[in-house]
Amino acid sequence: METWDKLNALHLDALKEIGNIGAGNAATALANMLGGRIQMTVPRAGVLPLQEIASLVGYEEEPVACVEFSVSGPAPSKIFFLLNEPSAFLLIDLLLGKPQGTTIELDEMGSSVLTEMGNILTGSFLNAFAGFCHLTFTPSVPAFAFDMLGAVLSAAFLEGGYFSDRALVIETRFYSEMVTISGHFFLIPENEALGKILQSLGLELD
Amino acid sequence: MEAVIKLEEAKVGIADWRVALAPERLVTLGLGSCVGIALYDPVSRWGGLAHIMLPDSRQFQDHGNRAKFADLAIPDMLAEMLRRGARRSRLVARIAGGAQMFTSVDRHLSFLNIGQRNTAMVRQTLEGLGIPIAGADTGGNFGRTMIFDLATGQVHIRTIGRPLKTI
Repeated sequence: METWDKLNALHLDALKEIGNIGAGNAATALANMLGGRIQMTVPRAGVLPLQEIASLVGYEEEPVACVEFSVSGPAPSKIFFLLNEPSAFLLIDLLLGKPQGTTIELDEMGSSVLTEMGNILTGSFLNAFAGFCHLTFTPSVPAFAFDMLGAVLSAAFLEGGYFSDRALVIETRFYSEMVTISGHFFLIPENEALGKILQSLGLELD
Repeated sequence: MEAVIKLEEAKVGIADWRVALAPERLVTLGLGSCVGIALYDPVSRWGGLAHIMLPDSRQFQDHGNRAKFADLAIPDMLAEMLRRGARRSRLVARIAGGAQMFTSVDRHLSFLNIGQRNTAMVRQTLEGLGIPIAGADTGGNFGRTMIFDLATGQVHIRTIGRPLKTI
């Protein structure tokens, strides 16, 4: 039995709540980068198996961008941020100050812009998370992929060490008056890390 | 009335396998570091397609889903094909996937290289079962979709931004 199976409704609510706090902090970071006011909603959050995650995000062959980190510390985990192609291209245009619709394919510049943006967003997500849990999370340097959703998603679970085929998924929508950007944060704690995170919130696993 | 002939296309999900008979097609979408294994008997035209995630079940305690592991999924699928009427001596394999999807400046990823290990274990398992590999498209840093045509035994490989390839 995996630790995920021991989670009850209270545990799940707590995880969703820290997901919300993390995403809120990421929205602030994005607003700073884009120099405007950015609102954020978390339409859905929950623990899902890998097989179901693809259909939550989109179609398996649809191109997506993903920035992935290994996180070391008392609760070793993996965290990654996934964007669909329209959102990824829109962000490149916004961050490079180009008119919307300029980017129609990914070049090296675009890849590094997205990697850096993912770095900042995930960093602020983790900071909020760490502050709330009173745990230290130290992210690795980012790894980047842009390809079919199914291929990128499964590789994010497998490359860099396999912990579990389930993840805490936080669907995040950033929007301003002008634009909407849809992304997903994924957190995969290593087996014992999930218990540590919950413990830090004053919850015990059976 | 216009007749539209639509070929049956059955989807094989991640950590799953499926056996079917011509003229059906078996499809698995978005292989990254995972490996897809197509087994085919050209006479009975039974075929099977597996989508494995990890090389070796012996490194894990939880074998709840045997189809996740190369060393268990391939013999399981083979047994089902033989039950349905495929002949072992006629079987050939075509494999695809085993890529390394993520790139990073400093990485333990290339050290772990799960895609390469998946491919190696698939080859080793097939060799142990005495099934020759008729075609392979593995490695690289891009995702692949396998479309296995049981009428011909061919496997078409679809990628983003590369021409369709047949193995």
